[in-house]
Amino acid sequence: MAPPVLEIRNATKVYRTSGGFLSPKKEVVALQDYSLTIEKQPASITTIAGESGSGKTTLANVVLGFTPLTSGQILFHGQDLATMNRRQLLHYRRNVQAVFQDPFGVYNPFYRIEHVFHTVIRHFKLAESESQMRDMIEEALNVVGLHGVDVLRKYPHQLSGGQRQRIMMARVYLIKPEVIVADEPVSMVDASLRAAILEAMLGLRDELGVSFLYITHDLSTAYQVGDRINILYQGSVAETGTTVQVIDRPQHPYVQLLVDSVPAPDPAEKWDTEIELPDEEVLRSATSTGCRFYPRCPQRMDRCLEALPPLYDIDGRGHEAACYLYEDEAQMASAP
Amino acid sequence: MAEIPAEQVQRRRRKVLEVRNLRVHYETPTGDVIAVAGIDFDLYDGETLGLVGESGSGKSTAAYGILKLVQPPGRIVEGDVTLDGDELVHMNDSSFRQIRWTKLALIPQGAMNSLNPTMRVHRQITDAIEAHEGKQDKEALRERVLELFRMVGLPQRVYNMFPHELSGGMKQRVCIAMGIALHPTVVIADESTSALDVVVQRVVAQTMLRVKQALGVSMIMIGHDMGLMAQMVDRIAVMYAGKLVEVAPVETIFDEPMHPYSQVLIESIPSLKERKPLKITEGITHDPRNPPPGCIFQLRCPHVMERCRSEAPPLRELLMRHEVACHLYNDDGSLIEGAKLEAAS
Ligand SMILES: Nc1ncnc2c1ncn2[C@@H]1O[C@H](COP(=O)(O)OP(=O)(O)OP(=O)(O)O)[C@@H](O)[C@H]1O
Ligand SMILES: Nc1ncnc2c1ncn2[C@@H]1O[C@H](COP(=O)(O)OP(=O)(O)O)[C@@H](O)[C@H]1O
Ligand code: SF4
Ligand code: SF4
Ligand SMILES: [Mg+2]
Ligand SMILES: [Mg+2]
Repeated sequence: MAPPVLEIRNATKVYRTSGGFLSPKKEVVALQDYSLTIEKQPASITTIAGESGSGKTTLANVVLGFTPLTSGQILFHGQDLATMNRRQLLHYRRNVQAVFQDPFGVYNPFYRIEHVFHTVIRHFKLAESESQMRDMIEEALNVVGLHGVDVLRKYPHQLSGGQRQRIMMARVYLIKPEVIVADEPVSMVDASLRAAILEAMLGLRDELGVSFLYITHDLSTAYQVGDRINILYQGSVAETGTTVQVIDRPQHPYVQLLVDSVPAPDPAEKWDTEIELPDEEVLRSATSTGCRFYPRCPQRMDRCLEALPPLYDIDGRGHEAACYLYEDEAQMASAP
Repeated sequence: MAEIPAEQVQRRRRKVLEVRNLRVHYETPTGDVIAVAGIDFDLYDGETLGLVGESGSGKSTAAYGILKLVQPPGRIVEGDVTLDGDELVHMNDSSFRQIRWTKLALIPQGAMNSLNPTMRVHRQITDAIEAHEGKQDKEALRERVLELFRMVGLPQRVYNMFPHELSGGMKQRVCIAMGIALHPTVVIADESTSALDVVVQRVVAQTMLRVKQALGVSMIMIGHDMGLMAQMVDRIAVMYAGKLVEVAPVETIFDEPMHPYSQVLIESIPSLKERKPLKITEGITHDPRNPPPGCIFQLRCPHVMERCRSEAPPLRELLMRHEVACHLYNDDGSLIEGAKLEAAS
């Protein structure tokens, strides 16, 4: 069998912080022993969800090769990213593309928007003639609901956040990579246009066979388009399964809190309880050995402090949760 | 629903902010982009007004207009903004500077990306406080910053960190803390919780509501997350291509939206209850330098009529506290003769 297009094996990333008043120098484990496989066939959309600081952007950065792993491996068609030569890296960079949370930083403020497209078309030699280039750009823009005449001659600051985001989608549409890492691609776009971007993602998946790492905190869009979902909590997977399994029947206490916090789009169904975030100091100190959700968990047990819970299989159909509540009734999904 | 005390009803009728015919253009070599095309609305004491609309519809520009923060090539073309009886647009700059931030504060969109990367977090907040209130006792300032941190759910360790060491969510909360640091009368929060995950978003949203209550602030929340709007705001103003097309209490907008664009907006809200096919609405709008004569929504409107192409519908109060700009309705809110809305509601 062909190796998967992308495989992340036991990835760990530790940042060292500067320290100072109230905060001695310390290490932040942004990603811990994280594994994920994306098969070439069929192309899929894998959602990575989790709260702010859970390591989503860190995951995107290591996959894109922007920052090295502390330990573990990233394999592209079986080859380790860390051992690639220049030519292989170039191939990797073309085939694993990014769409960012706030794309503003990606643009050069002194060039018009058309420059973004001209650069990538020249760099990857995508077009043979000026007119072919123009047609390609127009097609890509139309996919995301824009017209060339409206945006190409503008400067980045003249577009709204959502317009800039859609330009980035149009740009990757031109490159047609194997994997797109999309970090919050719709978080700045409103409901009526969000559908157009998500539809563009589905189109890329089904027609061009592009797989997505869809990084988001918006569970409702993930629910609409995602195939599988991975919920991160403080750098480790709390729960994974198909999007429908996890969102319809969340098992991990954190994931239950998460799903419950999605605001109901109905003014008659207002939040009836106040939730609190625990103090971070307490939160981190108690978690050096056991389950990282322990300080916030309503169902915690002494057992939970012993070691980081491994993923337990809930139903024998790929729905797994890293929580000792499922230790007895489930067989272990992955040996510790 | 709990009975609202009479005193609060009185208060709620007092207008703190009145915006009249505000018009903001951006100059480009090929003509002015009409970002805000003459909008009118009021903000009542203690209320939270949601300003929604798609990207590029002019929400942020409207906020900049109200705060006189429009930067060239943009300019306020006309309009009046009155805050607590003071007219702002024509006020001289030094008087206005005093009001801005102390009475009227903006938490700008993407504020988290404009934090000074070389300055520790606490300095950015204390500098903002001291710039308006003058030098202060160090210990008291520190207490105040830590209290602000508690209000927005930031851990104490952030006090001495640099912005690049924080996650996006933490940076956003630093910006919210800065926005409320001077206890303003009106806060305009532009997409302030958009970059946050749901649990933190909920905590921050509830914190904002609590802070709002405690400090008696009135708030304009700009955003596009209709779920969050449903939870947080009292009234909603829907913006499209520089115009307000509908203004009504939040329940009304969700249950009985009248403007065709609001109807699209409500229908395309993704749900966690059922997995349904995406509802795509044509995302293409007109050239903002060159709006068509007549209704600004005509290119996307499923109900467009002859009259819509020549005559711009004014924003009219059709039902109690329910303003709509659309030719489909008579002055009393009933549908005009011959109009069919079958697919829309
Ligand atoms: N360069 C850095 N130096 C020190 N700590 C960092 C650095 N970058 C990230 N961190 C820390 O790593 C953790 C994960 O951060 P990351 O940006 O990946 O979170 P995230 O899930 O993307 O959050 P958000 O949704 O808010 O963007 C956080 O605790 C953050 O403070
Ligand atoms: N500096 C600028 N120069 C020219 N046009 C601009 C500028 N800033 C915004 N615009 C245009 O003004 C319109 C409204 O933008 P904005 O207020 O940012 O929208 P929103 O906040 O609703 O997303 C858009 O068409 C945008 O492209
Ligand atoms: S392992 Fe224990 S502390 Fe962790 S989520 Fe499960 S029950 Fe709660
Ligand atoms: S005025 Fe006409 S075009 Fe405009 S929203 Fe109403 S029906 Fe549609
Ligand atoms: Mg992030
Ligand atoms: Mg905006």
